[in-house]
Amino acid sequence: MSSLRLQQVSLRYESASVPVLDAISLEVNAGELVVALGPSGCGKTSLLKLMAGFVAPSGGEILLDGTPVRAPGAERGVVFQDDALLPWLDVLGNVAFGLKLRGVARAEREARARELLQLVDLGGYETQRIWALSGGQRQRVGLARALTADPRVLLLDEPFGALDALNREQMQALLLRVWQASRKGVFLITHDIEEAVFLASELVLLSSRPARVVERLKLDFGRRYAAGEAVRSIKSDPEFIRIREQVLSRVLGALAVAA
Amino acid sequence: MFEPILIAQLQEAEQVRSMRPAQVAAASKSAVLLSPVQWSVLSLTSLLTLWWLVSWQGWVAPLFLPSPQAVLAKLWLVSNQGFMDATLGQHLAASLSRIGLALLAAVLLAIPVGLAIGLSPIARGLLDPLIELYRPIPPLAYLPLIVIWFGIGEFSKVLLIYLAIFAPIAIATATAVRAVEPSRIQAAQSLGATRVQLISQVIFPSALPDILTGIRIGLGAGWSTLVAAELVAATRGLGFMVQSAAQFLVSDVVVLGIAVIALVAFALELGLRYLQARYVPWHGRG
Repeated sequence: MSSLRLQQVSLRYESASVPVLDAISLEVNAGELVVALGPSGCGKTSLLKLMAGFVAPSGGEILLDGTPVRAPGAERGVVFQDDALLPWLDVLGNVAFGLKLRGVARAEREARARELLQLVDLGGYETQRIWALSGGQRQRVGLARALTADPRVLLLDEPFGALDALNREQMQALLLRVWQASRKGVFLITHDIEEAVFLASELVLLSSRPARVVERLKLDFGRRYAAGEAVRSIKSDPEFIRIREQVLSRVLGALAVAA
Repeated sequence: MFEPILIAQLQEAEQVRSMRPAQVAAASKSAVLLSPVQWSVLSLTSLLTLWWLVSWQGWVAPLFLPSPQAVLAKLWLVSNQGFMDATLGQHLAASLSRIGLALLAAVLLAIPVGLAIGLSPIARGLLDPLIELYRPIPPLAYLPLIVIWFGIGEFSKVLLIYLAIFAPIAIATATAVRAVEPSRIQAAQSLGATRVQLISQVIFPSALPDILTGIRIGLGAGWSTLVAAELVAATRGLGFMVQSAAQFLVSDVVVLGIAVIALVAFALELGLRYLQARYVPWHGRG
């Protein structure tokens, strides 16, 4: 059972007077879906970059199963806001890319990629060109690509931010199904309150810059969806609405304090 | 020879792209009579007709403007019997082999150099000033020095063309490498890519469309330089043919040579555009 732990992690860019992140501690354990919610520009993406190893923290420690994270690596899969797919490869080539880098034989990596395309409802799209896909389809290819490398944790940087409301809801449901099927630890950042409340098994609320953890909530709406309840039934549940409003007022409160 | 065409096309494409749908509709409505290709055919046909008319009516002496028929007759004659000890095919082959050799050398050296400049601050510090130093100098300005150093043989000509092609390709490659989207690189790193894999499987393919554009621009510069170099010191080649014909006032061969030079340049440009469409079809659609 893998876990990614952040202990008192802070980040300050040399040129900036205000730190980006201030003493953030959180834990992404296997089978959990941790959502970091915060206002735009609060440093959420920086937090994810630290966890992925693209940026080194100024203080604190990031540990993956006890080993410090110092560089990007295949044990932490990342899904990007702007899909970051490779247009010279077809859908199958993109999904199999991680295994190709590892030297896995073609037949084997393509078989694995096909399975994951099935998992993200893109069976039959193997030979499509990337630029022929819609935004939601591209994000699903990105998700499948990150999963093919079989990472220990999955990090998602506002993956549905650019999608329309309908597509976004379908993608949220898809992510929950994939999460339940894979049993991996997932960390997702978003500025969409409803999305955060719906998906999270643990919701971490961040303040505006410097980002600090202002609240942690254990939620189970995502698990209820995975157990078979309909999306609309969950999102119209009075309990869901109450928590959504509570989180909203906390976000607004945090913004007011910052201002 | 190429650059102005290329820039004009880019600007045109940019304008079309930045237009709103209504503007595009309005723009295409004004061209409703003929398609752009048909307009091009019309303008070229008009030019040829005017040429034919002027020479047929005798408004300009054949010495200054030979008739189209005379040029076509010369095409036949020079192709079969030759001019200045070589047929048109041999002149053409001499020019093409020079530019081919120079292009091959430039592509083989400029792409690695461009990659190095784009990837390494040290290589950039060392090589960038050298390229920027010689690049703005017209090749014909340093041709005399090359002739003093290396004589008037093939090597000097190929070297001159090589230098003209090298800079655009190296600069295009370096710029393209630095413009690769960071998220693409990060994505590959998160999939476990090593530095070599990152360069060969992400950065190079990402830069390829711009490298091909660099080759197009370089080839244009190289072709102009080639013809100019052959005007100065050569015994074969299209530039030499035009130059010696001019000395003997054989103006139909001069016109013939110019036409062949233009057609070859056009064919090279079309060939590279085909390569771009064939091998980097994602260009602009990322």
